[in-house]
Amino acid sequence: MTADVTTGPGVESVFARCREEGRAALVCYLPVGFPSVEGSVRAMVAMVEAGADIIEVGIPYTDPVMDGPTVAYAADQALKRGVHVRDVFTATQAVRDAGAPPLVMTYWNLVLRYGVPTFARDLKAAGGAGLITPDLIPDEAADWIGASDETGLDRVFLVAPSSTDQRLAAVTRQCRGFVYAVSHMGVTGARESLGDAAKVIVERTKAVTELPVCVGVGVSGGAQAAEIAAYADGVIVGSALVRCLTEATDEEAGLTALRSLVGELADGVRSGS
Amino acid sequence: MAEPTPDLTPEPLERLGRFGDFGGRFVPEALIPALEELDEARHKAMVDPEFLGELERLHRTYTGRPSIITEVPRFAEHAGGARVILKREDLNHTGSHKINNVLAQALLTKRMGKTRVIAETGAGQHGVATATAAALMGLECVVYMGKVDTERQALNVARMRMLGAEVVAVPTGSATLKDAINEALRDWVANVGHTHYILGTVTGPHPFPEMVRDFHRIIGVEARSQVLDLTGRLPDAVIACVGGGSNAMGIFHRFIDDPDVRLIGVEAGGEGIESGRHAARFASADPGVLHGTFSYLMQDDDGQTLETHSVSAGLDYPSVGPEHSHLRDTGRAEYRYATDDKAMEAFRLLCRTEGIIPALESSHALAGAIEVGRELGPDALLLVNLSGRGDKDMHTAAEWFGLIDGEAVPEGRAEEPRATGDGRTQL
Repeated sequence: MTADVTTGPGVESVFARCREEGRAALVCYLPVGFPSVEGSVRAMVAMVEAGADIIEVGIPYTDPVMDGPTVAYAADQALKRGVHVRDVFTATQAVRDAGAPPLVMTYWNLVLRYGVPTFARDLKAAGGAGLITPDLIPDEAADWIGASDETGLDRVFLVAPSSTDQRLAAVTRQCRGFVYAVSHMGVTGARESLGDAAKVIVERTKAVTELPVCVGVGVSGGAQAAEIAAYADGVIVGSALVRCLTEATDEEAGLTALRSLVGELADGVRSGS
Repeated sequence: MAEPTPDLTPEPLERLGRFGDFGGRFVPEALIPALEELDEARHKAMVDPEFLGELERLHRTYTGRPSIITEVPRFAEHAGGARVILKREDLNHTGSHKINNVLAQALLTKRMGKTRVIAETGAGQHGVATATAAALMGLECVVYMGKVDTERQALNVARMRMLGAEVVAVPTGSATLKDAINEALRDWVANVGHTHYILGTVTGPHPFPEMVRDFHRIIGVEARSQVLDLTGRLPDAVIACVGGGSNAMGIFHRFIDDPDVRLIGVEAGGEGIESGRHAARFASADPGVLHGTFSYLMQDDDGQTLETHSVSAGLDYPSVGPEHSHLRDTGRAEYRYATDDKAMEAFRLLCRTEGIIPALESSHALAGAIEVGRELGPDALLLVNLSGRGDKDMHTAAEWFGLIDGEAVPEGRAEEPRATGDGRTQL
């Protein structure tokens, strides 16, 4: 069931390496297609070169209910510029070639429409590590659990501060790769303070699973990354990175800002323990 | 948080709230505890005499239930001479069927100890009903409405604000009903501790499709016995408009076990199926997931949601309640559509022949009745759910028919409707 550490498509080897180095992993998100398909791929590769351990490749969707204004804006722009679901495979291959495992973050209807087994097969062929599914709970995921078992792809489900202990146990049992802990109740978006909720949900999740637990939603800078790295196995950053691109005057300036922030975050995850 | 001995036995994973293949719970994990709390609360409430008694009292003394039925013979002359009876949900307090569900969910909100309600609205009827119930029960209320809809339903925006609700215009996406639901879901995830989302139709994650249907079921329960009392028999067809599908499920459900009664839903045909500008899901779409449920969905080849169009804001929605999808695929209900033109003709016809101004949504059901009556002929008995009244639509109607002094009358829309000898209408 579990993919081989050295040859499997998943992220397990990344966490093994981070454990050896005594640090947390840095997981960096960008949607494919913003500012263009090629531009987003260059930005993802730049993040790998600047120290990201895992790239979370988002597929833009018309109705992103888990996302705040920053990510929703980039996704909307990408769709208007004609991005297609299949473009995600261009991005995963480039990220894999750059040396990091790409996990695809997608709302479920896009995979359903593509065909669950076909999507899994094409994702694996394009170097993909697995899927993060913000609006698919394991209860509804029989097709995906089957397809990911066949391909060895990781499946990352989310847990939230509102999850009961029973839900935490049930959801983490179906995860492979890591568990995505939502730091607080709300949509994605950079926040200045995360408070104690993130630490509490990580501790509660670790009480029911051996899998690595990564914290996402709201992380904006190196100091926060260091704070989370002290108790979590990985730090997930999204909106703050997207903002580097949406606020840049041109693509080169965006990439410069992105490299700088990823570098700061990479230092952060190394100073947390 | 620190439970002394937490029970870590994983709950069995099961697909809840399915109608055949349709339905389910496609939502962020963060909402699952709130959906489970709601499911438990409504199950308890539906067998609790105190809850049922309070709801019955409110419907009797506040909503104005039972709503009457009205036979409309002058309108029926244009429907092949069939006998046509309207179920008058338009006469409910706040002007539509929406109040049935809203009062029940507001009572549930109080039982769950929550103090704030949020809602989405398209035409504004569900928003007005929610603002009304919030005022009645002392709840804080925020209504999300697509920016396009706030413009075409400005009167309802003013009504909601007058009732004390905050109305948030949603500018993202197509700025219509689906985008209002996205924003309401985002609010709910962030504030689920003290907030209940009063979803206004029979879609969304379980338990909403089943629960909202049960709160509207009273429409069909009353109508069935009223029609039996008046005519001594069951109708040949029950006809209702279908956006999300709550008024249709409400009137259909009591008739599902009457095999000789045809159940006919009428979707928004917009500018015609071939134009692509419509909301006739069953005429053109495949199943997919939107807003927490698996159902027929207007989507492109990638699975991105398509923009829809209807002259009626309340039917302008790309998906449809999952139980309708099930009724359709099993053949128990049939679905057809009425274009904007046909719906507006039916709208004017009911105004002129019966002195009743219907909502544009309900006008689609009336257009369906004209069609079905002509197919079945004078022996047929049709029950039509008049789900709402058209006061809110006067601006749209005035523009459509050129009723404002000094404005040009759009071509072909100014003639009087008149019945011809064969029961057909020339419009």
